[in-house]
Amino acid sequence: MIKEITTQVKSTMSIFEARKDRLYGVLAEFSDPGDLYHAAEKVRDEGYRHFDVHSPFPIHGMDKAMGLGNSKVGYITLIGGLTGLATGILLQWWTGAVDYPLNISGKPFFAFEPSIPVIFELTILFAALGAVAGMFALNGLPRPYNPLFYSEKFHSVTDDGFFLHIAASDKKFEIIRTVEFLEGIGASYIEKIVDKSSED
Amino acid sequence: MSTTNTGDARELAVDFHGDEPLISGDMSFHDITELVSGHTEKRTPLGWLAAFAVANIGLLILVTSIAYLFWNGTGVWGLNNPVGWGFAIVNFVFWVGIGHAGTLISAILFLFRQQWRTAINRSAEAMTIFAVICALVFPGIHVGRVWAAYWMLPIPNQMEMWPQFKSPLLWDVFAVSVYFTVSLVFWYVGMIPDLATLRDRATKGLRQKVLGFFSMGWTGANRHWRNYEKAYLLLAALATPLVLSVHSVVSFDFAVSVVPGWHTTIFPPYFVAGAIFSGFAMVVTLLVIARRIYKIENIITIGHLEKMNIIILLTGTMVGFAYITEFFMAWYSGVEYEQYAFLNRATGPYAWAYWTMMSCNLLFPQFFWIKKLRRSIPFMFVASIIVNIGMWFERFVITVTSLHRDYLPSSWDYYSPTIIDVLTLIGSFGLFFTLFLLFLRFLPMVAMAEIKAVKPEADPHFYDHSGDGQASGTPSLTSSHSE
Repeated sequence: MIKEITTQVKSTMSIFEARKDRLYGVLAEFSDPGDLYHAAEKVRDEGYRHFDVHSPFPIHGMDKAMGLGNSKVGYITLIGGLTGLATGILLQWWTGAVDYPLNISGKPFFAFEPSIPVIFELTILFAALGAVAGMFALNGLPRPYNPLFYSEKFHSVTDDGFFLHIAASDKKFEIIRTVEFLEGIGASYIEKIVDKSSED
Repeated sequence: MSTTNTGDARELAVDFHGDEPLISGDMSFHDITELVSGHTEKRTPLGWLAAFAVANIGLLILVTSIAYLFWNGTGVWGLNNPVGWGFAIVNFVFWVGIGHAGTLISAILFLFRQQWRTAINRSAEAMTIFAVICALVFPGIHVGRVWAAYWMLPIPNQMEMWPQFKSPLLWDVFAVSVYFTVSLVFWYVGMIPDLATLRDRATKGLRQKVLGFFSMGWTGANRHWRNYEKAYLLLAALATPLVLSVHSVVSFDFAVSVVPGWHTTIFPPYFVAGAIFSGFAMVVTLLVIARRIYKIENIITIGHLEKMNIIILLTGTMVGFAYITEFFMAWYSGVEYEQYAFLNRATGPYAWAYWTMMSCNLLFPQFFWIKKLRRSIPFMFVASIIVNIGMWFERFVITVTSLHRDYLPSSWDYYSPTIIDVLTLIGSFGLFFTLFLLFLRFLPMVAMAEIKAVKPEADPHFYDHSGDGQASGTPSLTSSHSE
């Protein structure tokens, strides 16, 4: 049960389980963003769920083509921002009015007016760090090991290559049929990816 | 629409957008990768080494003059009794201001969907970070007792003391350090896909490992882009109020005091406009050189430079307007100290500095009304340097002329910097250029992934109309408007 959940969560991060025979998935190359976009739509309609597309830049509308919902980074950013807000208020109130009250020209030990700049800065700081930390967490990064790196061809993904990867962990995955299907939707190159790591 | 009208309509459409292509020349995705990453992979050019040597001399001057300062104390500077803030604060405000253009380009122009920013945002953000590092040096060294500099931060200590949060100087500590942190994070996150590009091209083991570490295993997965783009958008949205707040808070250092010439409510917007003004001038100075040396004129086109010159013209006019408003308000307030402070600026012993500032900042950018001059490389290069000289003098005028004659005539004095002051200023440029040259040598100076994404070929629907091979509704293409 827990294993099932972690597998599902990891798949949203583009981290898939290899099969017992170490097969990780099938990588297909497409010639341009347009082909990749339509291929993603077809893979989605065919019923695959554990798949991802890889491209040198974000492709407009691809989330919809893949059937993905909205990113959750915003919620984590909000939590970060609220934490910063609370930190700013508590820090200035506690240091100035509780732990070390110092009378400066009879001004109140704590008031909101002079506290606004620091509250604001800390809100921004925590929200920004929340956005970045949330992005990394939801993406499962850093991920130094990835079976896709074994593919020589895959190096061009950060240059001008457009790839679609269907993971072997998908329920519909069946090596011969999946390869045929990818050929049918116009893949220009297809490669089996094997996870060669020794650990399980 | 009849066929005879199509030509006119097309011209109109083009004129309306006023858009030159964002990338000139015929460059494929691969050409962009080659052009940008190639510079980090080939042997170190001799010209770079020469420039780096000069910058290092500057850095050495900075380190030496700081060491001399630490050994002897702030007496080595030209400070005297009414003028307790001299070059250190002037340089601090100057460098923080330079940084603002980078954030404006990377965050505000991103929110406004100004796609031309993609060519320059990486280098402008790098400039921001290095300028803020230069700025942070000065508050660190000007405290006198440097071993107590950590008192500026709320660190629990054995004295059971805390910083005084009612002081604008402490707000400044928070504003600038948060600005630095967020800018650095924004810059790094934006660079991850490009570092992955360099990683995938690397052939040697160590280079692969270092780049592999910093690119975090990026594979361009769409499941990643989805969160990445959202985080990037949120960072831009957070950096936008941040950048406006930083120079506002810096201006509070002055405006919250009761010194005539400082105590004005116009300071926050006036400082922000001035910061953007000087920052854009610095971006122009740097990019005019960099695009020439690295032959990236196709990516950073004359159109980009012209747009920056328009922003310089706009913000320069705003700054000039603020100078005049200040004068008016001094007269209108009826406060004689305030009136004297401003008359003294324009006619007193520092009139030379005041009129340098006025001519560099108010008059000189007005030449940019002329399109020919906006698009002239030699002119904009000279103008951008003049603007930064003017903006440095603005901070000098604000800081020094307001202090040197305060309420009590018996304490009036004239401030002049010592050689150590001047060497520290020169040295800070050494630090700045050292860092910037390292950036040009080792990191992708143009955001490759973003540049590729604004090409018409990056739109998946570009390929839909196989007949003309061009997408509908892509503004930078001229021949796609339907009949």
